[in-house]
Parts: sequence; C-alpha cells; structure tokens
Amino acid sequence: MPKLTIDGQEIEVPAGTTVLQAAEMLGIEIPRFCYHERLSIAGNCRMCLVEVQPGPPKPAASCALPVAEGMTVKTDSPMAVKARKGVMEFLLINHPLDCPICDQGGECDLQDQAVAYGFDRSRYDEGKRAVEDKYFGPLVATEMTRCIQCTRCVRFATEVAGVPQLGATGRGEHMEITTYVEKAIESELSGNLVDLCPVGALTNKAYSFLARPWELKKTESIDVFDAVGANIRVDSRGGEVLRVMPRLNEEINEEWLADKSRYAVDGLKRQRLDRPYVRKDGKLQPASWGEAFEAIRTAVAASSPARMAAIAGDMADAESMVLLKDLMTGLGSRSLDCRQDGALLDPDNRASYLFNSGIAGIDQADALLIVGSNPRWEAPVLNARIRKRYLAGGFKVGVIGPQVALTYKTEYLGAGAETLAAVADGSHPFADVLKNAKKPMLILGMGALTRKDSATILSLAARVADNSGMVSDEWNGFNVLHTAAARVGGLDVGFVPGLNGRDLKGILDGASSGEINFVYLLGADEIPMDRLGKAFVVYQGSHGDAGAMRADVILPGAAYTEKNATYVNTEGTMQRTRLAVFPPGDAREDWTIIRALSDVLGYKLAQDSLAQVRDRLATVSAVFDEDTPVAAAKWKACGATGSVDQAPLSSPITNYYMTDPISRASRVMAECTEVYVNGKQQRTGTNG
Amino acid sequence: MLQDRDRIFTNLYGLQDIGLTGARARGDWDGTKAIMEKGQDWIINEMKESGLRGRGGAGFSTGMKWSFMPKQEGERPHYLVVNADEGEPGTCKDREIMRHDPHKLVEGCLLASFAIRAHTCYIYIRGEFYREAEALQSAIDEAYAAGLIGKNACGSGWDFDLYVHRGMGAYVCGEETALINSLEGKKGQPRLKPPFPAGVGLYGCPTTVNNVESIAVAPTILRRGASWFAGLGRPKNSGTKLFCISGHVNTPCNVEEEMGIPLKELLEKHCGGVRGGWDNLLAVIPGGSSVPMMPKSVCDTVLMDFDSLREVGSGLGTAAVIVMDKSTDVIQAINRLAKFYTHESCGQCTPCREGTGWMARVLDRIAHGKAAVEEIDMLFEVSKQIEGHTICALGDAAAWPIQGLIRHFRPLIEARILGQSAQAAE
Repeated sequence: MPKLTIDGQEIEVPAGTTVLQAAEMLGIEIPRFCYHERLSIAGNCRMCLVEVQPGPPKPAASCALPVAEGMTVKTDSPMAVKARKGVMEFLLINHPLDCPICDQGGECDLQDQAVAYGFDRSRYDEGKRAVEDKYFGPLVATEMTRCIQCTRCVRFATEVAGVPQLGATGRGEHMEITTYVEKAIESELSGNLVDLCPVGALTNKAYSFLARPWELKKTESIDVFDAVGANIRVDSRGGEVLRVMPRLNEEINEEWLADKSRYAVDGLKRQRLDRPYVRKDGKLQPASWGEAFEAIRTAVAASSPARMAAIAGDMADAESMVLLKDLMTGLGSRSLDCRQDGALLDPDNRASYLFNSGIAGIDQADALLIVGSNPRWEAPVLNARIRKRYLAGGFKVGVIGPQVALTYKTEYLGAGAETLAAVADGSHPFADVLKNAKKPMLILGMGALTRKDSATILSLAARVADNSGMVSDEWNGFNVLHTAAARVGGLDVGFVPGLNGRDLKGILDGASSGEINFVYLLGADEIPMDRLGKAFVVYQGSHGDAGAMRADVILPGAAYTEKNATYVNTEGTMQRTRLAVFPPGDAREDWTIIRALSDVLGYKLAQDSLAQVRDRLATVSAVFDEDTPVAAAKWKACGATGSVDQAPLSSPITNYYMTDPISRASRVMAECTEVYVNGKQQRTGTNG
Repeated sequence: MLQDRDRIFTNLYGLQDIGLTGARARGDWDGTKAIMEKGQDWIINEMKESGLRGRGGAGFSTGMKWSFMPKQEGERPHYLVVNADEGEPGTCKDREIMRHDPHKLVEGCLLASFAIRAHTCYIYIRGEFYREAEALQSAIDEAYAAGLIGKNACGSGWDFDLYVHRGMGAYVCGEETALINSLEGKKGQPRLKPPFPAGVGLYGCPTTVNNVESIAVAPTILRRGASWFAGLGRPKNSGTKLFCISGHVNTPCNVEEEMGIPLKELLEKHCGGVRGGWDNLLAVIPGGSSVPMMPKSVCDTVLMDFDSLREVGSGLGTAAVIVMDKSTDVIQAINRLAKFYTHESCGQCTPCREGTGWMARVLDRIAHGKAAVEEIDMLFEVSKQIEGHTICALGDAAAWPIQGLIRHFRPLIEARILGQSAQAAE
C-alpha cells in the first residue's frame, strides 16, 4: 500500500487509487467536472490539476494519476490554484453565462466552482461560440451552447446505459456532443444524463422553468414504479411534486434512477381522485366520506363473509394492506389477494419469491440465467447493474424468454419453458456454465410466474438452482424479479387467501358467477374489471383509472409521495416513503381510510396512529420491524412437477412507460410512449 | 560536415532505384538475419549505446523506449507502430524516406519489432501521402515476396507481418496515443498517460510507437555499430539527422547532416544561404512549427541539436528549419500557425480547446494592429495557461510559437499596434 502526503497529511491507500480519491479520503475536495466515480476516467476538463512531486514541473490531473509511494501532492499550492483558475477562465469564455435563465442555476457545478476560481470579469473580447441544440428525446432538454464538453453524458450512455448513441463530433472549438443522427436516446435511464451534466446543457424537460432548487422542499423517499425500490428525493413546492431525483444507495440503485420513476410524476397531478364518489343511478356522484362509508356499510350488510373479497394493487403500501386484511378477517372474509397479476408466489416460502442474492449481489455473480423477464423494462436500474457486472468481465448471461436487447451480450437459449427444462435436467450446455460458476444466479421474471404452468416452471427453476449449486450457506442466487412495488410487502403481510379463501382467480370467477358480491379494490387497476360481474366494488386509490371506472364507491387515497408508507422491494428490504405533499382535496392517507371505515362497519380496528399500525406490521412479520435484522430466507423446495406449456415466455410489460395509474395519467409518459413504443420520432430536415 | 561514407539515406533524392534490387545495392537487407541472431538484448543495448534519440520531436532515447517493453511476450501480443503521420508544418523528412528509401523503413520495422518481441507492425501513414503509401506498399510486397518479412522473416525463424494504415488527415493523430486510438478505429484523441503505450497501447497491448526516421536508421546503426553512430555529432546528441529547410533560403532542401552542425553552416552549405545574405535573416523556426522561433542573434551561433536548441529556449523538434528573412511579417506568420493549431486541436481537453481559438483571435487582431498593448501580456499569460495543462503536447505546441514571438519581437508587435492606432488617430 503506497503512502503519500497530500497537503501535509500522510495517508496510506491501496495501490491503484487515484490522487483525487486519496484526497477525498482525507476530506480534501478537489474540484472536477469530467470526473465521476461511476464512469471511466476521461481527464479532459483539467479542473482537478494538482502539484505533484516528484514529477515534471507542471501540474497533473489528479483524477487520472495513480498514487505512488512517497508522492507529495499539493492541492492548494499557488501552481495548482493558478492552473485551476486558468482552466476556469477557459471554461467560461465560451460559456453563455445565462445563469438567470438556466434551469441548472443554484445546483450548477460550474456556477459553484466559478465562485471559487473564477474572475469577476472576462478578458475575452472575442465572439462567443454558439452551438445548435440537439434533440435528445422527450425527456432531456438541451442547451448545447452551455456544454463544457466534459463527456460525462457520452460515457454514461456508452458505459452505464449501454446505448452508444451519444458522442462528440467535430474537433477543437467545434466539438459538439450529439446523438449523431437526430434521434431520441433509446434508454430507460436517460434522465440520469441530467443529473450527470455539471452545467445546464442537459436539463429535465418536464421540469423546465418550473422552480429554483432553493425553493424546493426536499423529501427523502422511495420509488414505487418498479419493485427495485430505488431511493429518491422528492422535490416539491407547495402542494406540487415538481421533480424526483435519485438518492445514493449502494445496495439498491447506486445513484441511478429509471426514467419512469423520474418523469411520471406529472401524473400525480392528473386524474386524481380528490373526493369520495358513490354510484347512484349508474353514475358516479360526488359524495361525502359519510355517504361513501354508509353505502359501503349497506353493501357489506347485504353481503356475507363468504361473499366478500379484497384485492390489493401494485402500489399498495404495507400499512393499508395489513389493516385491510385485519378488517376483512374481522368481517369473516378469507378471500384476499395481493397478486393482482395472478402470479404464482408462495407466501409461506419467502425464499421462493425474493431476489435472494440482493441487487448488490449481482456484482458478485459470475453467471446468470434470465427466465421470462425483460429486466431492461421491468427494472432498468437493476438491468444497469447487470451490465456493470457484465463489463467487469467473466460473466455469461443466458436468456430464456423474450428476445430483447438487454444492453449486454446474452446467449439466447430459447423462448419457452422446455428450454428451462433442458437446463434443469442438464441436457442444455448452459447447465454446465451455471454449474462451473462459483456464484451462479437465476432471475425468474413475472412473465414466467403468471402462466398456467408456473408451478412447473418454478420447480424447474428451483431444480436449476439446486443442480448448479446456486444455493449455499453464504450465497443464494435464486432470484425472483417482481414488477410491483407492493408485491413482496403484500406477501410478507400475508395479504393472501386464508383458510378456504379464494385467490385472485377464485375471486374473479366468484364475482362473475355472483358468488362474490362485495369486492374491495385497494389500488388494484390491472385486473380484468369485466370479470367482476355484478359485485359491489369499492375502489380505494389515488387515480381515476380502471378500478375507479368500475367502482360503486370510490375512496380517495394518497399516492406514494403523499404518505408515510412502508414498502418491501424485490430483494426483501423494507423501506419507507415519506410524505412530501399532502393528498389533494379530501383524499387521505390510505391506512386512515380503512381505520375510519372499520368503525362504520362495526369492526373497529385497534390502531389509532401510524406508530400503532407499524407495531401491528411488526407483529405480522419481522421484516417490518426496524429493530430486528431479518435472517436470509430459508431455501425450501418450491413449485410442483408437471408438464410445461409450449407457449413462449414473455415479459408482462408491453409498454415500459405506462404500467400503472400514475404513469398512465402522465403526459410525459404518453409522449415517451409515442416516441419509444410507437416509434414516432421527431422528424428533421434530413428525414424524408 | 557529414562525409558521404557516413550517410545513412543514400537515396534521399530518389536518384537511384527505390526497389529491392536498388536497396540491396545500397546495403539494405544485408545480414539482417545475422543481426537478429544476436538476440533482442543485444539489439536494444546497441541502440542505447548509439545514443539515438527519437526523431519525432521529443528526442527520447529510442533504445530506452524499446527496453520498456515487457521482456517476455505474455498473453497479450506486442505491437510496433510506426508513426508516419508526418503533419508538422515544415517537416518533410519521413515523406522522402518512404518515397525514395522505403526498404530502410521496412527493414527497420522488422528489426525493431524483433527487438521488442512484436510479430505485427503497423505503419500509420498520413492520408495525404498517397504516392508514398504506394511506394511503401510496393516495398513491403517485394519484401514479402523475397521472404524478408512474413513467416520466418529472413530465415530467422521470426514471424513478422507489416501493415500500412492510411490516416484521415488529422494533425493530432501524430500524437502517439491519438494515433493508437485512430488505428483502433476510434476518434483521434490523445489518451491519458499513464498508462503508457508500452504497458497498455494498441488494443490494450504493449506497444511501441516510433517515428519513421528513428526506425529507418536502426538497421544501419546495427550493421555499422553503435560506436560509429555515437561518434557522430556531440555527446548525447549523436548521429546524423535529416534536416528539412524551407522558407527564405536560396535552395530549400532536405539534407542529412551531422547532429550539432551550426545553423549558419547548415543554411550556407546546403541551401545556398539566406535570401539576400545572412544579414537579411530575421528569424528561424528550427524544429517545425511547434517550437519557438529564434531571432538572428541566436541563429548566428546556435548548433542544431536537441540540447543546444533547448538552451536557447527553442527545440530541435523534427529539425524542420523554417527560415524567415526580413521581408517576413513575422506576426502574420505566427498568426497563421495559431490558426493551424486552432483548427487541429482535438477538442478533448479544456485549455487547448478553448485557448487555441482565443489566442488565434487575439493574434489575428494584433497582426492587423487592432489591439491594445496590454493584450500582448494577456496573450502571453493565456499561452502560459495552456502550456503544460493539457493531456497531450498540442497545447504546448500551440503556445510556444506565440511565446517565441512575444519574447523576441515584442517591440515589433507594440509598434504594429501603436502605429495602427496612430494611423487611426490621423
């Protein structure tokens, strides 16, 4: 381990560390623009120049300089400061300095560092450079005159997103960052370009000219658009969520965020249910909470325990699910299901429905088999993690199911479950790849678990895991990739059929035939509403979507940014959202609605505060208890042997940009659907 | 003055046959196998002893450079890359070698590749050198046909392949790592060093990049012995060197001369002297456009080698001597060079991307007298902000000519500015 001195402080760091990193360990911050710890080193901005001895009598770029034994580094010597001031002056001469009308203002690296190293006036009297703006798609706005050519965006697109569609053309002063041909960047992670851009060249199109960063209330929260549970920061002003940014969490999303999670938030302001409704004479009429509860009481009175059921949707939080479960159980109903897609997930076998290795576990895996999943659309951030592992080398990926471009090299094994059977019995060569791997991994998607033969597929997948040594004391590579943020929480809560209770299929069959005449939908919008027959439907949720259309009573709930709620992500980590803005109008936090309704229905729930609800959650499962560490789920046999269906496996997501009530209400997502799914690219001069 | 028997490039002017027969008659390909049989270590040691300093401009010991390559070929193959992207304004020595004496280069490629344990060599030739690429290719074809290169080259048991790759006309691709990028099919932008090409070069493999002249003189050095070469010139600046003299001399020419020849002698012996006599001399750029110019007072006595020129604040560079007599508008001349560097900056790193254009614009105004005297200092300062702050040496190369101009011709610049403003006042 080389020892070096930085600004008089001695430090010993592992070989291969750069001077900039070593300085950071000492808490010395060296200014930089092009350097980013998750991207390759470009060393082109020259802002991080420091004085190094021994060495040539000129400053060195600390971001690219590996430490050496006995090195003496000065980060604030006259030479280093002079060099930085020089670089800063160069950066500013062709920068438009249009900070007053720039969206980056207030959170701009260039602005901040100009304060530290810039001059108060310019010596540059020549004409400034202007660069034509480029079309990057519906999500990223460009103002390329502001670009300082740090190439972070190019490196992100090429390395992390895996779409080499960005690059620099031209030489010298005429170098421009461009998509080469005017075309939207085809990545589900393109929003991160905005975060990476150290200036205002790439900005958030949906957030354009809305606010200044210092006006925003920043609330640390959790994303619920997929089951990854990315850590986010919700920026709001007044009662409005203006934007969502990723928050650092090495275990889950590192510092990336998928586009839907970032850009669908305008859907939080549209199609909102802001007051209760009751269907009268076939039409939904605005009602008071009292009227709505009364209508429900009447319907419950007309029903009987065996004829009542409840279904929880993809964004339902654990608090409301546990209370609804308690309420339904109290009323005598055992027909509950949180698997609105009908997925075959065994609530009694936690290892069979979790992403057991953890998302960070991908970094350690050395072979991967993806079954019935398109991670690029089901969990873009997780897909980026797989790509990161792929780039590190020595990582084979096999795919059974949909054949899609996954941003890394894959070996396509087959479309259907029979290929999985072949891998399971060892007759397929990929079985050896898994067997020879030290830490093999399998990702089982919802596309494989929402079929008639899912039990067989699950048992085949378990056999693959067993045969290839995927499960040991310290490693469990058997991974289920969920698509819904609520799913694992629902299973952990036990929002599943009780004794003699009906599951989703049973509920829908019963409702069609009239055996079920009362259905409570907790944010469930993805079920076939026409199969609810003549049942009395209560819809509790935030958006006027499919469920609300069918409902007889609508109870306006809160969206994920409007409540303190608990979610469990696909790897089984419990995380909580925080209230950033209040629910609109008469809408309320979901658990309080159920608590209030229970009073009316004559089965008063005991919980009067969020803390009590969370205590209740903790008694249901240790997962929800912050104080108890959760042991890794025990590996047990799962699934059932049987014959497989010939139909090819497919991903449940057909349009990444519209998967839930919020994104379906979002204008930005509608635009993305047009551009990316329907292929209607903006036409330019050279296009036809 | 160099004796004829000590000349390496005996067909520099293309007066003899450039083909294999002619080359053999001039001594090329003579005993190549025997040299190779002495082993890699002997060759590298001999090159070190000879004191040959890289002829591309930086003047780093060629033998030393070869010795940086791994001693054993590991999993990754080794490569030799010959930099024939001769784009330095004023320089035309490599062109003549490839045009008239290509076999010297081909043989050098074999010996150098053998020394650094490379089985493959690429010659990256400037795209504009169309005929030169043809001549080189035909020499390579002849050598292949004669079994001098290819499988079991010269019967030595060493397999060797040689390829010519034509560039696309970017000056910066003459920088070794930009050249490697370009050869790999990427954008021609210099890479960060370290890692150096000897560790991570072409396709991530150990690579040595040498100038054409450095490679082309190697076979003769190895045949005639290190001491012969080291005996020419001055200590640490030994051997012979091709000088390309252009500008205001009576007979501009390429000539091979001993290192350390006085500039005055070089111009008067080979170029018929300065146009209008030595006293008509204004300034000389001694090593291609990248090095600072020298005023006549320095030119009177300076010796043409690496260390002497460095002592007077200039450099030997590629030994492309650009002579300017008193009819020259020296500000305009440097302005032209500044434009060139603005155009050729790759745009990767900030100081060079932004600074070259800034300097060129200021200098253009100065050349037309439309500037303030204070701007001279500012220009000098800006050039200092570029120099030494960039990834590659293009930033330095852009800064030095301007620094040279200001250092030696400041009164002239001031007079131009003041004269113009006086005219405007009238």
